[in-house]
Amino acid sequence: MNARILGSRRLRSNHLQITFAVAGRVLTQLRRDHRTLAMLLVLPCLLISLLWWMFEGTDGSGRAFDRSGPAVLAMFPFIVMFLVTSVTTLRERSSGTLERLLAMPMGKLDFLGGYALAFGAVAAVQSALAVSVSIGLLGLHVEGPVWLLTLVAVTDAVLGTALGLFVSAFAQTEFQAVQFMPAVVIPQILLCGLFVPRDLLPDVLGAVSDLLPLSYAVDAMQHLTRSSSTGEVWQDLAVVAGFALAGLALGAATLRRRTA
Amino acid sequence: MMKNAVEVRGLTVVRGGSSVLTDLDLTIGGGVTGLLGPSGCGKSTLMRALVGVQRVAGGQLSVFGEPAGSRGLRDRIGYVTQAASVYDDLTVAENLRFFSRVLGVGQEQVARAVESVDLAGHRDQVVGRLSGGQRSRVSLAVALLATPDLLVLDEPTVGLDPVLRRDLWALFHRLADDGSAVLVSSHVMDEAERCDRLLLMREGRILADDTPAAIKQQAGAHDIEGAFLELVARDAGGAAA
Repeated sequence: MNARILGSRRLRSNHLQITFAVAGRVLTQLRRDHRTLAMLLVLPCLLISLLWWMFEGTDGSGRAFDRSGPAVLAMFPFIVMFLVTSVTTLRERSSGTLERLLAMPMGKLDFLGGYALAFGAVAAVQSALAVSVSIGLLGLHVEGPVWLLTLVAVTDAVLGTALGLFVSAFAQTEFQAVQFMPAVVIPQILLCGLFVPRDLLPDVLGAVSDLLPLSYAVDAMQHLTRSSSTGEVWQDLAVVAGFALAGLALGAATLRRRTA
Repeated sequence: MMKNAVEVRGLTVVRGGSSVLTDLDLTIGGGVTGLLGPSGCGKSTLMRALVGVQRVAGGQLSVFGEPAGSRGLRDRIGYVTQAASVYDDLTVAENLRFFSRVLGVGQEQVARAVESVDLAGHRDQVVGRLSGGQRSRVSLAVALLATPDLLVLDEPTVGLDPVLRRDLWALFHRLADDGSAVLVSSHVMDEAERCDRLLLMREGRILADDTPAAIKQQAGAHDIEGAFLELVARDAGGAAA
């Protein structure tokens, strides 16, 4: 009889260590993929510059850019992180590494938390860059604290990550995962107040808009550009964070150790 | 004699309306056990059930006395899927370091695992640029990290160079001698002779469960391939009668 079979005493990783291990691994993978990294960091800056340029001829004061710039600052981290996360997680499911990890002593929340942490960090850099370009280079006018604007953008990115994790459970192929972008993200963009102010929407659409997280992120951004008071911003931020947490919880519920 | 590592009673797995495994009974003890049968006979499904990632329709599976898939078993079982489940965009060392953190084992285990699958020369190469055989060895190394008490290997030697295949079988026996129960599946019948015990499987059922010598003797055949055919014929005759 072998002693090891009877009493297996090993050093066990705690949940925090595993979460950090996952986050570290995701960041290492990203670091190796130069093209994706460049797109993640440079593309939002270029697109927001494009928006500024579009409005250049409409009026001299840059007011139009002040109106739509904040909404776009809220949208980019959300969209990009949604896409990146849903495709990456799907890859993890189809390569068998997810199954392997779930057969190991790994909690589902360790896995999701690791992803949220890694992509949250990328989003922080991405948002800091986009906000710097908007304010420093393009002259976006912000009344409230700039750090809070960045925090809203990061929370928004985490929301994108959480929803991306969640929908990846319903996609069997990367094609399908990409299709969730128009299904989940575009209605939120249409109804967030960028095209038609939210209080001018038809009643039904206004009510729908109140149920979508991106609306709150855009409200927070717009409030920060117009006013130096932060009370409402924190409320909006709490709603976005709540949606992000709910997304992670739903994501955890869709991760099944046992599959058919 | 070691107590059975695995005990399966009445295991049934249904997938897409048809049953893949039907009322399976088996035990797996120490040493190297070979799970042999043609592709599609249910080997992978049985292995997935043992490590607790397969949804089962009925039956009892216990591993070291605990229900399969229990939390306490997760760092005692090393599982290697048929496709290499490692990250293609990380190096060999990065893959192993990541999994070692998840398992909570030290860095010296990483070096040992890399040595044991003979990949020390490729430590810092990105896995995606390795050959198929090398990739599956990285996947095997991950399973060896935690010095598992039960090692479940799904076709680990497919497509490998004969020299390497011989070395890996020697490794499996070394691990078994050190006290791990090793379950290896294969659809290649000539690998049967390398096992201490065999489970011959066909269409979701176990045809034979014994040492290679006893199975050959019982079937009156010179090799396992012949024994397999004889057992299938008897099984069909029995079913017709």
